[in-house]
Amino acid sequence: MYGLSNLCLLLVILLNFFTLGSSRLAACIRAVALQGALLALLPITAHGFSAHTLVLATGALLLKGIFIPWLLLRAIREVRIRREVEPLIGYVPTLILGALVTAASFIFADFLPLMAQHQGGLFIPTSLATLFAGFLLLMTRRKAITQVLGYLMLENGIFIFGILLSEAMPMMVEAGVLLDLLVGVFVMGIVMNQINREFSTLNTERLSALKE
Amino acid sequence: MLALLILFPLVLALFASFTPWYQGRSWLLPLAGTIHLILVVMLLAEPGSAAEPGAWIGLDALARLLLLVTSPLYLGCALYAVDYLNLRRDRGNRVIVPCLLVFLSTMTLAIVSRHLGVLWVGVETTTIASAPLIYYNRNRLSIEATWKYLLIGSVGIALAMLGILFVAYSALGSGIPISLQLDKLLADGPTLARPWLHAGFVFLLVGFGTKMGLAPLHTWKPDAYGEAPGMVGALLAGGLTSVAFLAVLRGVQIMGAAGDLAMARQALLGMGLLSLLVAAVFMVRQPDIKRMLAYSSVEHMGILAIGVGIGGLATFGALLHLVNNALAKGCLFLSAGNIQRAFASKHLSEVRGAISALPLSGGLFLAGFLAVTGSPPFGLFLSEFTILRGIFGAEQMWVGALFLILLATVFIGMGATVLSVTQGEPTDPELHFKDRFLLVAPPLVMLLAVLLLGVFIPAPLRDLLQQAALLLEVEP
Repeated sequence: MYGLSNLCLLLVILLNFFTLGSSRLAACIRAVALQGALLALLPITAHGFSAHTLVLATGALLLKGIFIPWLLLRAIREVRIRREVEPLIGYVPTLILGALVTAASFIFADFLPLMAQHQGGLFIPTSLATLFAGFLLLMTRRKAITQVLGYLMLENGIFIFGILLSEAMPMMVEAGVLLDLLVGVFVMGIVMNQINREFSTLNTERLSALKE
Repeated sequence: MLALLILFPLVLALFASFTPWYQGRSWLLPLAGTIHLILVVMLLAEPGSAAEPGAWIGLDALARLLLLVTSPLYLGCALYAVDYLNLRRDRGNRVIVPCLLVFLSTMTLAIVSRHLGVLWVGVETTTIASAPLIYYNRNRLSIEATWKYLLIGSVGIALAMLGILFVAYSALGSGIPISLQLDKLLADGPTLARPWLHAGFVFLLVGFGTKMGLAPLHTWKPDAYGEAPGMVGALLAGGLTSVAFLAVLRGVQIMGAAGDLAMARQALLGMGLLSLLVAAVFMVRQPDIKRMLAYSSVEHMGILAIGVGIGGLATFGALLHLVNNALAKGCLFLSAGNIQRAFASKHLSEVRGAISALPLSGGLFLAGFLAVTGSPPFGLFLSEFTILRGIFGAEQMWVGALFLILLATVFIGMGATVLSVTQGEPTDPELHFKDRFLLVAPPLVMLLAVLLLGVFIPAPLRDLLQQAALLLEVEP
């Protein structure tokens, strides 16, 4: 089971890079969806089959893998945008930064005192790397929709860490966390729609009237 | 009873979204506020309702204090909302009323939670429930403010989740069953693994600090408070920030139980001083009255952090300040909302002579300014003075000096703006609005309460504050 977890986590890291380097929004959304679906496998590969892990996996798959991506894909269809044009920082520099933060996460995770069973595993470095990749996406892109993707990726990173602790997290809290994510993205979707209606674009650059 | 406190606003929210009657929907807000306050008073009167160890929700002294702060504030804002929504019939209240009710419910959930996961869910849901409130005016500026609030708030709160997970991980090495239940974490404090606990606290502070609006994580605040309706500003600045502060205090409690109170205090002190500095810099020559109030909120969050950061007497002062700040912010935001309505602007260039145009709201705004900057005899003078005594008592002379200089800067900066708003003659005698009973009574009562707290602290409140301060001082 351990090998399977690590395989999933490697794919998660590759998807981080794919999302950081791609300018096509639909492809980015699909990549984050695939990432979410892979994460849904992790509770089972890490802790085996039980009612708790099955519910968690199903919830994550439905929300992160299917429903939220579907919402986002529908949003870009409605506003007819396909590509992220000219991000604040170019694709190549973002990829290089992404590589740097991934390397840093691996080094950093080595310094933390880990439990014996987590030592050498990919859970913690991947979690940190995904978190930082989400941050990068959030900060370096102009389209509101890519920023939402960045937020999702950041949440994915935290979810990976949470899997290590899923015994400590009561089911109700996990459900609450997932539900909050869904409603949060839903509300963001509504605001995105309004941004589009008001400014006829999803570029958050236009959102710069409020400043000192 | 506690569950009832959380659930009944949800039921009312559901009812509000189906009721077709505009006026009736608005009146649901004060109804909810009244029931909430009655239940809170009943709960506080019950001496035996201490938190059961192991329960997910329960009341300790801190939670009692927070309920005592938020419930009256909510009722005041709810009464104000009835008349306010009446004036804004063009905007409708089908969204704002249910959101305000859900906001009440989730705020209460966060206050009474004794489980870090439940606390997180509560605080995160307040973010979602308050986003439509900030978006109420539906123009370009409010979209921008809402987007920033949602994004920064969500990312901040996600980091807080990471902090909570780190705290949970810190228990993993010692062989005890891991739990996020607060009492368990407090009991297991000394066995927690330090590096993870420290990292966890930092993330908790950053995450909930974002929600609280501590500098440098305050950037959403001026925008959100500036564009939201006055009563929403009052609820966010008096209620939500206090709840986020409670979440930070839960982190402090755990650090205290682990014997690392010193590190937690240093971090709070640093961020508190930075917040005070940032607020002072941006408040001088601030041309927008609501943004000015937002920076004032950053300032007061800084004062709270400094108080807890110093510890001892200053912690007591900070908790007293929490009560005063909520009331003063309520008064200021509600009266500023009235002024904005009357002049159809919140910009200094267009708002003049508020006292002669709107004697009550203008007067309240001026008095609220005096209160919030800590002039005697208002309650904030007493609490800031207590914190200052704590600072000098702990022999932190530099912190004390800096604290005084920054408070003076804030006073002068804010005073210049407030005086030019309230004094003089209005340039445009055509007003859009006159003082109305329900729009001035709540801020007036809040102001009187701040005044009362400046001269006299009732014994039960003093006991409660002392118990709450004691919770934050415990070392293993």
